[in-house]
Amino acid sequence: MNADLIFDPLLAALVLFAAISAVAARRTFAGVVGFVSYGLALSLVWVRLAAVDVALTEAAIGALTGALLLAAAARLRASEGLSESERAGRALRAVAALLCAAVSAALAAAGLSLPESAPSLAPAAAASLPQTGVGNPVTAALMAWRAIDTLLEKIVVLMALLAVWSLARDGAWGGRPGDAPSARRDDALVFLARMLPPLGIVVGVYLVWNSADEPGGAFQGGALLAAMWLLARMAGLVDAPRIGARGLRLLLVSGPLAFLAVGLAGFAWAGGFLAYPEGWEKPLILLVEAPMLLMIAAVLALLIDGPPTRTDDR
Amino acid sequence: MIDVFTAVAVWAGAFFFLAGTVGLLRFPDPPSRLHALTKADNLGLGLVVVGLLPHAGALGAAKLVAVWLLAQLAATTVTQLLGRATRPRAERLP
Repeated sequence: MNADLIFDPLLAALVLFAAISAVAARRTFAGVVGFVSYGLALSLVWVRLAAVDVALTEAAIGALTGALLLAAAARLRASEGLSESERAGRALRAVAALLCAAVSAALAAAGLSLPESAPSLAPAAAASLPQTGVGNPVTAALMAWRAIDTLLEKIVVLMALLAVWSLARDGAWGGRPGDAPSARRDDALVFLARMLPPLGIVVGVYLVWNSADEPGGAFQGGALLAAMWLLARMAGLVDAPRIGARGLRLLLVSGPLAFLAVGLAGFAWAGGFLAYPEGWEKPLILLVEAPMLLMIAAVLALLIDGPPTRTDDR
Repeated sequence: MIDVFTAVAVWAGAFFFLAGTVGLLRFPDPPSRLHALTKADNLGLGLVVVGLLPHAGALGAAKLVAVWLLAQLAATTVTQLLGRATRPRAERLP
């Protein structure tokens, strides 16, 4: 028996089931649990499609949004019963369901009507891969051919963090986000927060270093580093930094800054913005990716911790 | 012979996963549900890993064992946290 014939339909059914349970759940918490399972099943689908880079990203994003949504569900819990009366009527829900089904059907039809051999840049990309000095075409696309997109993405995540910070009360500006570490630590959590980070940091850096030739990258590695920091933060071993701290600000801008510096230097040594000189592609890509890794880790960790709530002088 | 060993171990692992899931769904209170869940984590995953070891090569075997150990660490911690969080307030230690 072929494993594809059993496993793939099961996986597809699992994705559909998780998606439906996320949408159909009546309680916010159950909906979030369904959504997190959906993300996990979806990253398995990407692995089956041999798109391991996408699978890693999906898993990282799923974990991040899962944590944010769980926190939101916990906040909404108190008022959830009150909003029950504001539920949309049967007719309105039916119209919404019809609309969603129509959009899904249109997307599916569009996907199925694509020509058998879709127009593709893949052969051209594979042909010029050696010029970039990296062996993983995804990394080559992100860091060499479409480097400008990656640069702008970094600025977008920075803007997202600024947007979260700007929700702070005036008095708390420049202070520390979230709650102060509790004096009562949970022994089990402290144990995990001491055991796991050494391993997680190594794997996170490895994901970036290895992304030249294998699946991985600054985002996936950064997500792992952020998770290690958040684990120590939840266990109460570390406190969040002051958002006004100069070191933190420098760390946050270092990612786009290194990218911009290398990009502008491209005018001088290779005749164009974000152009890499012959033979220097790989070291330059690593030079850009290192600060980007730290910056992404910091942004993700701080996004979870939320706006600043307390200053040190109280 | 090795294939027989793999089949037996993986099926045994699958049995513990099934039993753990049934227990998770059927048991009455949080501690016994956690008890069922940990059997799936420890024995189920452990037996699947043991079954796959002969086919994995040296590096693959090390990775499989690392996956099992990491899952153990995470599952143990989560079980402790859930157990503490679901305990009735009166029973909690000060």
